[in-house]
Amino acid sequence: MARPSSAARTGLEKIPTPAKVTVTLHVNGVERKLTIAPWTTLLDALRLYLDLTGTKKGCDHGQCGACTVLVDGRRINSCLTLAVMKDGAQVTTIEGLAQGNALHPLQQAFIEHDAFQCGYCTPGQICSAAGLIAEGRVQTADEIRELMSGNICRCGAYPNIVAAIEAVMFGKATDRSGATGR
Amino acid sequence: MNNFEYTRASDVADAVRRIASDPAAKFVAGGTNLIDLMKENVARPSRLIDITHLPLDQIDETQDGGLRIGALVPNSDLAQHPQIEARYPLLGSAILAGASPQLRNMASTGGNLLQRTRCLYFYDTTTPCNKREPGSGCSAIGGINRMHAILGTSEHCIATHPSDMCVALAALEARVLATGRSGERSIAFAEFHRLPGDTPQLDSNLRADEIITAIELPPEGFAKNYTYLKIRDRLSYAFALVSIAVGLDIEGGTIKEARLALGGVAHKPWRNREAEARLEGAPATRENFVRAAETVLREARGFGHNDFKIELARRGILRALAQAARGTPQSQADKRIR
Repeated sequence: MARPSSAARTGLEKIPTPAKVTVTLHVNGVERKLTIAPWTTLLDALRLYLDLTGTKKGCDHGQCGACTVLVDGRRINSCLTLAVMKDGAQVTTIEGLAQGNALHPLQQAFIEHDAFQCGYCTPGQICSAAGLIAEGRVQTADEIRELMSGNICRCGAYPNIVAAIEAVMFGKATDRSGATGR
Repeated sequence: MNNFEYTRASDVADAVRRIASDPAAKFVAGGTNLIDLMKENVARPSRLIDITHLPLDQIDETQDGGLRIGALVPNSDLAQHPQIEARYPLLGSAILAGASPQLRNMASTGGNLLQRTRCLYFYDTTTPCNKREPGSGCSAIGGINRMHAILGTSEHCIATHPSDMCVALAALEARVLATGRSGERSIAFAEFHRLPGDTPQLDSNLRADEIITAIELPPEGFAKNYTYLKIRDRLSYAFALVSIAVGLDIEGGTIKEARLALGGVAHKPWRNREAEARLEGAPATRENFVRAAETVLREARGFGHNDFKIELARRGILRALAQAARGTPQSQADKRIR
């Protein structure tokens, strides 16, 4: 059976298919050239076209933080930006944090503090924490909680995530319970 | 997401030319709201005009001693700019009360003004919504309206404006600089956003051919006596049920000047000059705060699920005025309300 054209299905017949665009991304230190549709998000570019599936698609609406990557050193939600808008940018994903076989201190701390259960949010948590540390604004566990609030963990590993980040930032976790007396 | 053409504006004049020549085109900067709306099929632009390469990312002092904030300054940079922290902490506090660090890193100053309501019926394309589809009806009236407006509503729309930053900008009496085909103009913040009336599809008075280039802050930042108190369903990363921005100029216990703006209660950041005038010249006492709150909420009306917002707003106003008068602004890290 012949399938209706995508234009007929979606009522977009007035909009012609726009030309693909060429984008250069420097991903984890490697220059990658892509020819993609302009509506490709940075997240989809990483996962579908560069085979970097460490970055996760959770909600795809900027609400869960699983897609967090560093662009020019700043943490962002890769699901809410277009790859073409990041032409020429430096992108760091979870795959780019380790130095050879040596894990990034945050990766090591997440293992040591049992900071995940299913692991789906973990790449976003770790990239977000790397961005948090680079921002240099955090002095307390409360501030870690507030400034990690863009990363949801449905397994509820928050106390251990905070402990892992504290361990990297301050040398040790000061508050493993996650309780603040509230 | 629908298919669209992607172009880049080379300068402000080029951006204006491009938007003027295609009524179905949209500017994109941070993308945090627009790209989400495109994924939901609520926004279906024929063309995206990327303005992120325009030179609108500076923060400069103005001749009158105020501050000019380029429209492309990211929310996070703005909140942490030394001039904002020192002179306009109300603005910094409001920004840090909103969204997440990732979103604040992406979102632009101009885009924050233009974000759309998070009314769930506006997002749900299977339901009537006068803002999304004029004339189709309002599903929130008589529907699930816990997050909705209690002031300035119309029979056509009870949506709220979602921004925290804009509530502070309203209190600070910022101005919006916009450039269009007929040149540049400066818009008072109170005149920028609209009430729904019978045209809820229009959020602001920005013209179709205009681009926001900057926000200007007047010299007075109320840095001594201010607060941004945001009350929401969870302590972080949630839209306001009610938020209150306060700036007071107090001399010897008497309020010389008062600014009071509310978020989460109306289609635009809500100010009531009469309530502010009641505070001015009066001592900073609870009795006077009560009168100001009553004035703000005199016309408030609930729609069922959001009835509680009227009392919540009253208590929030009292608490926020007390915080500002004491000089103990709400912390955005330690969320305990004192």
